[in-house]
Order: sequence, then C-alpha cells, then structure tokens
Amino acid sequence: MSVAPTGRTLPDRQQSRVARALRSWEALLLVVFIAVFTINSFASPYFLNAWNLSDATYNFTEKALIAFAMAMLIIAGEIDLSVASIIALASTAMGLAMVAGFGTPVLVLVGLGAGLLCGVVNGVLVAGLGLPSIVVTIGTMSLFRGLSFIILGDQAFTAYPADFAYFGQGYVWWVFSFELVLFAVCAVLFYALLHRTTFGRAVYAIGNNATAAQFSGIRVARVKFILFLLTGVMSGLAAVCLTSRLGSTRPSIATGMELEVITMVVLGGVSILGGSGTIPGVVLAAFIMGLVTFGFGLLNVPGIVMSIFLGLLLIGVIALPRLFQTRLLRRV
Amino acid sequence: MTLLKSREALLALAILAMTLLIAARFPAFVRPNNLAGVFNDTSPLIILAIGQMIVILTKCIDLSVAANLALCGMTAALLNGAGLPVVVSVGAAVALGASLGALNGVLVWKVGIPSIVVTLGTMTIFRGVIFLMTNGKWVNAHEMTAPFKALPRSILLGLPVMSWLAIAVIAAFAVMLTRTALGRAFYAVGGNPHAAVYTGINVGRTQFAAFVLSGALAGLVGYLWVARYAVAYVDIAGGFELDVVAACVIGGVSIAGGVGSVGGAVLGALFLGVIKNALPVVGISPFWQMAISGTAIILAVAFNASQSRVKGRIILKRAEV
Amino acid sequence: MQPVLSLRGISKEFPGVKALSSVQLDLFPGEVTALVGENGAGKSTIVKVLTGIYQPDAGTITLDGQAVRFATASAASAAGVTAIHQETVLFDELSVAENIWLGHAPRGRFGLIDRREMRRRSVALLDSIGATLNPDQKLKDLGIASKHLVAIARALSVDARVVIMDEPTAALSYKEIHELYALVETLKSQGKAILFISHKFDEIFRIADRYTVFRDGQFVGEGRIAEVTESALVQMMVGRAVDQIFPKRSHNIGAPVLTVAGYCHPTEFADIGFTLHRGEILGFYGLVGAGRSEVMQAIFGITKPSKGACRIEDKVAVIRSTSEAVAAGIVYVPEDRGRQGAVKGLPIYQNVTLPSLNAVSRKGFLQLAEELKLARDYTQRLDLRAAALDQDVGLLSGGNQQKVVIAKWLATKPQVIILDEPTKGIDIGSKAAVHAFMAELAAQGLAVIMVSSEIPEILGMSDRVIVMREGRIVAEVAGDAMTPAALVRAAAGIGEAA
Repeated sequence: MSVAPTGRTLPDRQQSRVARALRSWEALLLVVFIAVFTINSFASPYFLNAWNLSDATYNFTEKALIAFAMAMLIIAGEIDLSVASIIALASTAMGLAMVAGFGTPVLVLVGLGAGLLCGVVNGVLVAGLGLPSIVVTIGTMSLFRGLSFIILGDQAFTAYPADFAYFGQGYVWWVFSFELVLFAVCAVLFYALLHRTTFGRAVYAIGNNATAAQFSGIRVARVKFILFLLTGVMSGLAAVCLTSRLGSTRPSIATGMELEVITMVVLGGVSILGGSGTIPGVVLAAFIMGLVTFGFGLLNVPGIVMSIFLGLLLIGVIALPRLFQTRLLRRV
Repeated sequence: MTLLKSREALLALAILAMTLLIAARFPAFVRPNNLAGVFNDTSPLIILAIGQMIVILTKCIDLSVAANLALCGMTAALLNGAGLPVVVSVGAAVALGASLGALNGVLVWKVGIPSIVVTLGTMTIFRGVIFLMTNGKWVNAHEMTAPFKALPRSILLGLPVMSWLAIAVIAAFAVMLTRTALGRAFYAVGGNPHAAVYTGINVGRTQFAAFVLSGALAGLVGYLWVARYAVAYVDIAGGFELDVVAACVIGGVSIAGGVGSVGGAVLGALFLGVIKNALPVVGISPFWQMAISGTAIILAVAFNASQSRVKGRIILKRAEV
Repeated sequence: MQPVLSLRGISKEFPGVKALSSVQLDLFPGEVTALVGENGAGKSTIVKVLTGIYQPDAGTITLDGQAVRFATASAASAAGVTAIHQETVLFDELSVAENIWLGHAPRGRFGLIDRREMRRRSVALLDSIGATLNPDQKLKDLGIASKHLVAIARALSVDARVVIMDEPTAALSYKEIHELYALVETLKSQGKAILFISHKFDEIFRIADRYTVFRDGQFVGEGRIAEVTESALVQMMVGRAVDQIFPKRSHNIGAPVLTVAGYCHPTEFADIGFTLHRGEILGFYGLVGAGRSEVMQAIFGITKPSKGACRIEDKVAVIRSTSEAVAAGIVYVPEDRGRQGAVKGLPIYQNVTLPSLNAVSRKGFLQLAEELKLARDYTQRLDLRAAALDQDVGLLSGGNQQKVVIAKWLATKPQVIILDEPTKGIDIGSKAAVHAFMAELAAQGLAVIMVSSEIPEILGMSDRVIVMREGRIVAEVAGDAMTPAALVRAAAGIGEAA
C-alpha cells in the first residue's frame, strides 16, 4: 500500500523514559523497599548479615516463582486461585513417584508434569469452555488438594532421596541458594516474555480489551490457555522447591499460599482488573514482603502480626494513590 | 417457568436423589432426627451463603467472612467471659460483624478498590487482630458461661435454636430481597450498574449495604460457631469462606452479578451439608469431601454457563418467537 | 406561553473537555422541542444534567418558575422529569413490572412492595401505550421492541411533566417508529413537555414544534420548526454551509477477490452470496438490525456460518477465526469502536502493530524501533491528530480512534477491507478524511465493503449497493438504479404501491 503521506509525523513519546520511570509504581516500591531495608538494619543487629539475608530469601522465592506467572494471568484478566492446591497435588505426585522407587530427576519431572496437567485442567475449563476463572479455580482448588487428601489422608511422604534436598536447601555459590538463583533466572525469563515478546503484547491487549484483541486477530483463548499452563508449571516448580526444602509432603502443604501470591502480584502494581502491571514490580514486591517477614522475625514479632502488616500494606498502597486521585477529581 | 426457578428445582432434585440413594443402603440417614441434624449442622453455612449471595449479586465478593466470623466469635466469647449477659455478647458480635462489613464496604464504595483485593487484605487483618486481642491464646469451654454455650443447642418446638435462627434468616432475607426497594436494588446494581444509576440507585452505597449485611450475618455465625464448639481461637473456620462461595456457586448465583436467590444459596449450602454428613454414614473417608465439593463447584458453574449461554441475535423472520 | 422547564447558563466541565458552556434550553407544555447538534455538541451531557446523573458546574434549572436542583436520578424523576434513554437502560433479570417501578414501587403493609398493585398498574400503563405484555415476564425473554415499550412505560410511570426522548427511534423498525409518533402526539395532548433528540431530519420536521441547536457545547439558536429550513438548521449545527461532497472516484473495477456463496446462520442471516472485485466499493445498506454486521463478522471469522463457502481469488478460504481472516487478507473495521475496535489502555503504536506483531518482531521478540516506524508511517498517512505515538488510544477523539483502527488494518496490507459504519459518531472533518481515504484505497486496487445506514454516504461512495432486510439480501442495485427511494423501499420492505 503506498498512500501518499499527507499528515504530520508524530513524536515517539510524550515524556522521556527517565521521567516516566520516576513516576512509576516501581519507583514507589523501590522507595518502600529502601525504607524497609534501612529500618530493618537499624532495628536489628542481625539483619545486615549475608547468610541471614540469604535465609530470608526463602520467605519469598517459591511464592515469587508462581507470582511471575500469576502476574501475567491477572494482566490478561484472569486469575488462578488453585496454585497452592497444585503444589499439594504435585508434591503428592512426587511422593508417589518416590515411593515407587524413582530417583530425583524423575521426581522433578513428575512435579513439573503434575503442575502442567493441573494447568491443562484449568485452561480447558476457562479458555476452552469460557467459564469464569475465579469460580473454576475455587473449584479446582478444592479438587486438587482434595485428591491429595484422598491419596494421603493424615499420612505424609517423608523419605525423599538425599540428593533431592538440593532444590530447596542447596547453594549454587557462596550465599546464593539454588532457589534464589532460580528466582533470578525466572525473573529475567518472565521479564523478557512479558515485556519483549509478541506473546507478552497479546497478554496486555487481552487484559485491556479482550474483544478488541480478538477483533485484531489475536488468538485470545489460546493465549489464556498457555497462561494457565504456565501458571501450572510454575506451581509445579514451586512444589519441587518447597517439597525439597521441607523434605516431606502433607496434603495441607502450602495452605493459603494462593492469597500470598496474589497479594505479592497486586502489591507489585498489577491491576486486579487486568491490563497493567510489570515483572520488575512483582520482583520488588517479593523483596519487600520477604524483608518485612524477615525483619519482623528478627524482632520476634509473631507471623500473624506480620500478616496484619501485609494486609494493611496491600490495602494502603492501593488506597493512598486512589484517595489522592479522587481528591483531585472530586468535581467530576 | 423461568430459568432460575427450574435451576433451583434441578438442584433440589439432585439433593433429593442423592439423599434417596443414601437412604436405599442406609435408611437411618433419612430418619427425621438425622435430617434435622444435617440441617442444624449446615445452618452456619446457610446463613453465611445468604450474606455472600447478596454481595455477589452486586458484582463483589467477600473473602473476609470467615475471618470476620472468627473475630466476632472471639469478641463474643471474651465479652461473655468478662461477665456480660449472653444477649449483649450476641448483640455485640452482630454489631461488630456489621461494622467490619462496613469497613469492607467503605473501601469498595468510597475508595474504589476492587472487593477481592479489599477482602483479601481485611481477611488477614481480622485474623491478625484476634491474635493481638488474645496473644494467640484459646478461649476454652470453662471460660464461657453455661447459657452462652447452651443457647444454640437449646430445643424450641423440636428444633435447636441454631436451626430456628437459620430459618428466620432465610425467611427475612427472602422477603427483603423480593419485597423491598433495597432488595431489588441489589439485583439492579449487579445486573446493569450503568442502568442502575439512571434509576436513581447509588451503586456504591448498595454494595456497601451488601457488605454490611454479609458482615452482620458473619457476626451472628461467629457467636453460633464459638458457642457450639465451646472454643474460640485465631484459626476457627479457617478457609470456610471458600465453602461459602462454593455454596453460592452451586446454588446458581452468578459470579458476574445480578443472578441468584435465597432458595438457591440455601440449596447450595444444603448440597454441601448433605455430602459432608453422608460420607461417614456410607463409609467413605471424610478426606473425599474436598474433592467432591470441588467437582460439584466445577459441574455447577459449567451447568449454569450452559444455561445462560447467549445465542446470536434473532434476525431471521422464521426464527422469531 | 411560560416554559415548564427552563435552563440558563448551564456549564459542565470534565478534565480537559468543556462539555457545556453556559447553554440554555426551554421546554413548553404540550410542545415537542427538538434538540439538534452534531455528536459531541453536548446533547447527551444536557440529558444527564436534566435527569440528575450529572451536576452542572454552574447555571440554574427552573421548573414551573421555581429554582430546582436534581441531586440524583430519583430527585429528577420525583420532580416529574423523566427520560427514555438511547440504549435501553433496563434490567434483564427483573420482571417487566419491576423494571417499570424500580425505585418508586407502590408500597403495601410494613412498607413492603405491593406486588399485586404493581402488577395492576403495570398492565394499565402498558395498555395506555398499546402494549400487551405479561408484567411477570423477565425482561431478558423479550425482544428489542418490547423492551423499548417497557422503557417508555417506565418513563410514564412517574407523573411526568417533562419527557426526554434520546434518539428513541434508533433501534426501532418502520412500524414501531410510527407507533412512537402516535404516542408522542398523545403525550402532547396531555400537556407534557417533550424534549426530542434525533439525528433524523425527516423525523424532526415531522413531529417537533420547536428546535434548539447546540454546537461544541454551546447554545447556537432556537425557534419554531415551521420557521426554519433543513439547510438553515444544518448550517447552524456545523457552523458553515455544508453540501456533503464525496470524493471523485475512479471506478476501475478489476478481477473478483472475494466470493461468498450461500452463507447461512441459524438465527442471524440466510442465503448470503455476493462477489467483490478489486478496486470496488460495495455498499451494504439496510435498517439497523438487518443483519449486515452479523454477515461481516461471519466473513471475518468472529461467528461461524452454519453453511456456505468463501473464496479468495480462486482458492477456497476456510476462516474459523479472526487470525485466519487476517492471514487470508480480510480485515474488519467494526461499528462498535469502543468495544471491538480500539484497545483503550494501550498506546497508539501498540494498537497499530497489534495485528502485525510478526512483522515487527524477530523470533517472537518485538523490535521497538520497527514498531514505532510502522505506526509512524500509517498514522501519518491517515493524518492522525495526537500528542505522541505512546499516547493512550482511549484519550483520542472518536474520529482519531477510528483512524488508529484503520491504520492498524492497513499495516497488515490486506486485500479486502470491511468498514462497518465507518463514519458513525465522528465529526464532519474526520468523516471527509475517511471518505477520501476509502476512495484512495479503492483506486489502488483494494476491495472495499462499506456497511452504512446513511443514504448519502452509501450513494456517494459505492459502486454497487446490496440491500439487506431481516437477515437476507433483498436487492442489489448499481448505476442509475441507485436512488434513495430504491434503497429505502427495499430496506423497509415497502411494495411498489407505497
């Protein structure tokens, strides 16, 4: 098509990238992160210690693995409440494989495979049949963990092979644990996937307006299906790490973790209504949640009090900018 | 007959069929006494499902009901332990539940935060507050007065008071939802929020009212729960919010808002209640319950969707009704 | 004569937009006042001010000589100002009676809604407008026309002094429109003041007594319909004399590109068949709801036809999804721009490249520079007015959003472009630009289908026109046979005698 240029050329952007970055949600999170870090280092003498800090990362690495995939799913306008139950089922599957005498490589494959399979179930129900994801995954949340209860009852798998412990307890180099390195690698991969690929662009388009995306030739159902698979696999991966770290499987493993994952995603600036959010935001939110947990732990504050703080943080960080905005736009 | 009614009739039939199937092998299950026991055991779920249904009608969701319940139950137990009469304790539980619901409602209405985020946050906060109140200690049976523990179980005209309360809530909310302006507003707000504004209905305020009602019912159940089990601690009814949502979904309440009825919510709760009570009778391990209710939720939502699937516009003459 | 309702100096501002600046409006008992103006003139804003949805920033509303303030929609309706809105603002899950009485239902014992009384009054009200509907039926089980009657009954259920009708005939058939006119006469004879908003001039001249003209949020003039001509009114609306001039066309019609044969759908259309050629603009005319968009969406792979085949050049094309349509060279600019066209929330350049992601990426990785280049090229050709390429599409005007949607499709280098009501709701300037651009595309050999309900546009742009009625093709006209009368008759199903 060679239509003669008639109009004027539009500039590429309205404000410089630096100006944009400074006003972003991520910048606000970075400030919070620095504040939490500083307060913690003054509050406890044990805080600024490489090994202690390294230990603290276990507070968030497994959740963050799922949060990356969950962030993409929520940006696309869907949600998966069954992730913690996928961990339970994947962990149970690994336990069965272990009892059957398989070695560590097979256990890992079984864990990932079980996660993938759970993702397929969610994907077929939501993307294939067009059912609302929030209800479907409340159902599969009961179903997946329910299966684990049927298999295990009040029993537990404990006799995992010694080399299996590496994923949740091993160190790659110095203070850098396997989980921390895995977290970093996944952060980079998910950053590239969401922010640099055509697939990631489709995710944003679907989250902002699924109908218009479909009318633009985007295969909406396929993208959503893949996102559920991805969330399933990442939950399977988290199951490998968590099972390895705990060295045992009980059907109640990771209970309630879905809510912590979603809190992490929302705190990271992902809109629960879909359409916006970034991986760097989720990474920062993971660090903040990890540091808060660790700092409170050093001060002997019980875990549940920390959850109050996280609840307040979740509502606060979303409410404050909104209150500010409504004040400005009151007359509209 | 309208779709909604037939949907409820189908669910009632499913429950009936299931009960008869059990009765064929275990006749004891359908003895009036046992059935009354099942209803009584399901009463808390019924009451909470009605509150949750109203919230879902307005396109919101209340994930904090179980935490709200726990906080109100603990408060009632502590007040009772401090020597206040039962009526005051119960009243305080309901009032506190309503206020906690109002807190959710204000955040949704005035601040405009999506309800799922608000109640995700408040559910952890409410549980945390219980811990702060008690330092994690349990309130045990001997710390509660006898009348406090006895009220839900005391028999009135052949049924425990807890069952009567559930019946009263069912009746009151059935009338409220069908016969009052507020009741119809819940449907209007969820069915077509844009049009509701044109009708003079304030969408946010109606959602606020839904949260207050849901909270008040959670407060009432909080007392019933603590009194019935004669114990209060941080984690009571942990994860129960999902059973409540499940009861609504099975009862045909649409998560998209605007569709649902008291009858549906009650039947959805009874469905789960019958399964829970039947499993030990038929000799299936209670560990099966979770998977069964999960399957029921998925089937219910698939069924509801197939019922309400939009067909294309009817343009062709011969196809016109 | 004293006006019932009188507005003076009403202003309303939104961030960045002055929707109304100090406008005035008078409504008289027993008279119909037509409010005319282009899209964006402020008509819907004034309706929202009158019905209590918006609060004006300044100005006064006087009802029967008393200054009033409508804080909510219920306050306005309690004062006797009621409206029949453009889209039916009703509730599918509620019954007919509840839809009519929601918010002001008759009360019985204990302040509960008296359902028997509500039912009785509903029947009486529906009777009075000649409708026979079951008051207990759920609204979702009714057709469009019946829903409209419920909306009218709702508007009349309050003791209305002022009735606002916001494009009430837009979704109605020929017969229903005439029934509505009769209703307007009845309301006039009852002494009600009527504000009638319409884009159809024949309608305005037929039923209005007075007119008020708005332009760009400002009051331009008012008077009696009997004392004004159509062209004078148009001139007031647009601020200059406008003869709609359509671009010169070359009419170089080439080989067939798209052949559709025997397309059927269970409920939407039947026996659709036509051939589209290179360089041709094929018009699709019909009344709203004749099934034109449905056919186009089937060709584009949104819905699946139950029968029929589609060929591109000589090859059979199987199109089951929009991505297959785009791959086959067929693209579709939808009528519902806000929902189906632009992805609001994404910047302009990402909207433009959305269907061309493979062309601006390497191995799945997006190349930002190539994206911006593609977007710059096509937005420039369409003379897009925007601050920058990374501006949110949602912040653009309707006309500019439409340009983004067209740019997005041209960037895929299609063979067939389907434009569904391409100029609906956009300003006259953008309209002319879209028309010129269409002509240019056709001149370059693109095959164009244009769905439009505007007769001047259809006649001015098309080489050939297909008319649809009730899901079927009822006429195909070309050359000298393309007259307004021929199109209207075929579309409305009026026989030779009419």
